[in-house]
Amino acid sequence: MSRSLLDKNGRRVVAITGLGVVTSLGVGARDNWAALTEGRSGVRTIERFPTEGLKTRFAGTIASPSGAPYSAADLATEIAALSAKEAISQAGIGGQGRFPGPLIVATPPSELEWPDLHRLYRDARAQTAATGYERLLAAARTGAYADLARHVRFASIADRLQGELGTAGAPMSICTACASGATTIQLGAEAIRRGETDAALCLGTDATVHPEGLVRFSLLSALSTDNDRPEKASRPFSLDRNGFVIAEGAGAVVLEAYDAARARGAEILGIVRGCGEKADDYHRTRSKPDGTAIIGAIRRALEDAGVEPDGIDYVNAHGTSTPENDRMEYVSMRAVFGERISNVPISSNKSMVGHTLIAAGSVEAVFSLLTIRSGTLPPTINYDLPDPEIPLDVVANVKRDARVGTVLSNSFGFGGQNVCLVLAAEPA
Amino acid sequence: MNDVLITGIGLVSSLAEGAAAHRSLVAEPGGVAPMVDAERFAPYPIHPLVAIALARQIPKNSDQRQMEGWQRLGVYAAGLALDDAGVKGDPSLLAATHLIVAAGSGERDTAVDCKVLEAMSQETNTGLLAKEALPSALRPTLFLAQLSNLLAGNISIVHHVTASSRTFIGEEMAGFAAIENAHRRIASGQIDLCLVGGALNAERQDLLLGFELGRNLWRGGFVAIAGRAAHGGGFIPGSMGAFLVLESRQHAEARGARTYARLSDVATDRSRRAPGDVTRTLGGLYQRIRERNSASPGVAAILSGASGVSPVTEEECRFIEALAGEEHAVAMTYGDLIGHGVEAHFPAGVALAALAVGSGHSGSAGALATGAGHWRGEAVALVEAIN
Repeated sequence: MSRSLLDKNGRRVVAITGLGVVTSLGVGARDNWAALTEGRSGVRTIERFPTEGLKTRFAGTIASPSGAPYSAADLATEIAALSAKEAISQAGIGGQGRFPGPLIVATPPSELEWPDLHRLYRDARAQTAATGYERLLAAARTGAYADLARHVRFASIADRLQGELGTAGAPMSICTACASGATTIQLGAEAIRRGETDAALCLGTDATVHPEGLVRFSLLSALSTDNDRPEKASRPFSLDRNGFVIAEGAGAVVLEAYDAARARGAEILGIVRGCGEKADDYHRTRSKPDGTAIIGAIRRALEDAGVEPDGIDYVNAHGTSTPENDRMEYVSMRAVFGERISNVPISSNKSMVGHTLIAAGSVEAVFSLLTIRSGTLPPTINYDLPDPEIPLDVVANVKRDARVGTVLSNSFGFGGQNVCLVLAAEPA
Repeated sequence: MNDVLITGIGLVSSLAEGAAAHRSLVAEPGGVAPMVDAERFAPYPIHPLVAIALARQIPKNSDQRQMEGWQRLGVYAAGLALDDAGVKGDPSLLAATHLIVAAGSGERDTAVDCKVLEAMSQETNTGLLAKEALPSALRPTLFLAQLSNLLAGNISIVHHVTASSRTFIGEEMAGFAAIENAHRRIASGQIDLCLVGGALNAERQDLLLGFELGRNLWRGGFVAIAGRAAHGGGFIPGSMGAFLVLESRQHAEARGARTYARLSDVATDRSRRAPGDVTRTLGGLYQRIRERNSASPGVAAILSGASGVSPVTEEECRFIEALAGEEHAVAMTYGDLIGHGVEAHFPAGVALAALAVGSGHSGSAGALATGAGHWRGEAVALVEAIN
């Protein structure tokens, strides 16, 4: 009945037909790619709020393109919508306000923000002698703050996007910490392979550079504290790396059944060849010392893709610039690829855009596709002092030309989340 | 399509612990009074969790200390389900068990929040104080308690479920998506074994604040869900942990697993919530399930996941009344017994449906679990006896 192009496992091939991205480097794939290949950093001293007293006072922030006052929930929604519209427009799919497939969104924690908490607490003082949460609850009971419900409803970002984009069915909101973006692509690819849909809109978004966001990661000693040279702070795979740089961003991809995309004459930007995951049961914030969970995720992704380790041309690293992550990422890849890993070019986009947390897997999938499309490997900037214990072919400081057919994109998150994607050029 | 069998149930609520104890709740609806605490968080009633011996499922104190209430409850219920399925402690099965969790927000340290708010209200330099007070008051473990995916992370650590781990968020829709995703992956042959569910700790002021902002909570004394609309509606949060072990028939039979029922189908949607949307959407989902399961002998029991929030619940009730009439089915709003579990509510409904089917209460016919999220999302699941 079907004349579908099938992969080695007999499943429908999943194409990527649209990309969209917003980071501290700019809005849109073109501006981002220009900055990324030039080796520009989007990391800056924070101006959004006063930072004295904070251990880390810089980040890869995004100013609201519409000029809206900062709110994590609203900014995350705004940049998600921008990236989604860019991806949909490139794919040329659907109609005005109608996308023919589900929305799968990775969203940051939904929570009340301090300025709002403070406002509730202050406003209710006149009405109640209560303090603490009782006073906040008294304020909430007035109904005057119903608009803040969008901050605490986890389905809110997906719901607002679905309202605007007209995606089909129930949207999915997911959180697998810093692997979330990659998980959305995995969920979308699986749905297409299972034949449930011909298209899916997968995106990740995060805009949580606020005081509590910084304090939380500082408490885990995860952030770089190089306040005097923010643009040099993210140094993946360097000997003197000392933490990640928190950042904001959104990335979106339109996934389609390959045949459906061809049938409507869409340009195929690349293929989701394979996805792999493996949960770690060692520690809440650290990987198993022998790397078995990360190794498992990489192996499964290769297996799912039907690609031998030798078939990977380039690695888009998780590369957070924390001492722990970069070492574990190397050790695990070494276990899978053997000595060859030292000759596979690798870069970490986080050296320039910082760590966009929930959105990282989405943003880096977009950059991986652009790498395949352009034949240009974006650099890992600030790579001045290689870590001798991490002998990798890091694309150091300046871009490099290379033919890239297949990319491994790694995403690892707190809570033992490990997701790897194999993205490839259109089959010849 | 592979059959998806329910081979393990882990349920803990305000009324009981364990599958057997919850079976009697569905076998004799009306036979048990709900457990409601209307004082502790007045004016908001809640259904408090029964006393549980955490150490039975989380033996290490160090693990317990690394979690907050919702995580401990979820890890506990997950352990019950794994135990029930005969998977617990079997390294090779656990390494092949895929984890799917429906989660909401983690928990905040409300004492810290209050301290910071009080300090901020005394000063004009609010920005600085928040930063001075927060770093000294926050603890790293509390940040980890706030992360949605750290229930899954803790289940992996405590029970060693490691094949994969996905956390869905989005209130009731998280539960719908989790069950649907589990079903689709097993039915399609993508995986053979998974642990799916969620947990809600209702006994928290920060949780109440979130839902009260949307004005979705019931206030005052207990009133049955169907009767709340006349007084504005609202839900009563219920502490619960609800996990299921789902398994392909082939896998379950090969290891000689005891089975409760078959999860025959799951359908979900998100209506825009215009008047009548919920009734129409649930009707459409049921129709879709009937068409896909044309050999199904019908439905004898309906486990309604109605929350009590108005007008959603009236619309859900309209669908259920019509369906119960058509199918001559017994309908039961399980939230009247155990409260509303938000993300965990639909997994709990599917578990109760499996118990209703497994008890023979419904004869050869199946049971339906329905869900209409308190602000978004609709879902229907069909659970049937295994033939």
